[in-house]
Amino acid sequence: MALLKVPITPDDHIQGDERAPVKLVEYGDYECPYCGRAYPIVKRVQTHFGERLLFVFRNFPLKEMHPNAEGAAEAAEFAAAHGRFWEMHDGLYENQADLGLDLLLELAKTLRLSVPDIRDALTQRQYAARIRADFLGGVRSGVNGTPTFFINGRRHDGPFEFEDLVAAIEAADE
Amino acid sequence: MSNILGPGTPAPDFALHVTPDQKLSLGELRGKPVILAFYPADWSPVCGDQMALYNEVLSEFKKHGAELLGISVDGVWCHDEFAKVRHLHFPLLADFEPKGEIARKYGAYRHDDGFCERALFVIDKSGTIRWSYCSPVAVNPGADGILQALEELPK
Repeated sequence: MALLKVPITPDDHIQGDERAPVKLVEYGDYECPYCGRAYPIVKRVQTHFGERLLFVFRNFPLKEMHPNAEGAAEAAEFAAAHGRFWEMHDGLYENQADLGLDLLLELAKTLRLSVPDIRDALTQRQYAARIRADFLGGVRSGVNGTPTFFINGRRHDGPFEFEDLVAAIEAADE
Repeated sequence: MSNILGPGTPAPDFALHVTPDQKLSLGELRGKPVILAFYPADWSPVCGDQMALYNEVLSEFKKHGAELLGISVDGVWCHDEFAKVRHLHFPLLADFEPKGEIARKYGAYRHDDGFCERALFVIDKSGTIRWSYCSPVAVNPGADGILQALEELPK
């Protein structure tokens, strides 16, 4: 049984109340098609459980396989530094087919973030170290591919359709 | 599942093709830790994920001075294309002729299937196996066990 080795901290990207009885952590890659498929499912799961669920997203880009994944993750971290992580996160998954520098700049503009600043951050790889830390923490926790979910610290193995996640979360909350 | 060689066993030497005109032997890597990752087949989905993961973790392996070698019964041209398409930055060895000979020596050959187990070995710098793990064929074993074994190697 693989366990989450890196506890949730305020540095994480968190939706929900820290006192929520169930904590769902996703390790994801913005260019991974399976993560793209999981994206609306997670939204439905969040709506379904409401205040009972806290959701955390961590980066796990497979850069060699997905050449746009790292840049997208860095853009999300840039947005996070300006308090707009989730808007960028949603924008990236909702436009996954168009991933690339143009989209990152366009999303930044839509979120009223500085386009020159995000350009600099991407060029200087300003957020690369944080993303690598997420990635390595994932590796040590048994993240072998994406998306990987942890429910209250235990890795969720198997399918991640809405019904599967709901059932696993219900079981964890008993 | 096969009985793979365990810790304390001297790692059987080999010399296998890594490119059509180049061979690599385990002996050549003496002095460095070696990670041997046997896997069933180049293009099967789980393998792809496993090798893609190792590709990304490679710099962590290198921090321990370790060399990673992938190994399967696929031929050298198949490996070549697989490595190219997936941008793999570590060698893939062809245990192709006699088929699976090295995998058999490590106890990592599936006789009924005719391909390798998904088996991992961490070999220390003097050529002794220090850790090994055989994963169910359909399960990606990840990199955590390898990293832990490298950390526990005597300096």
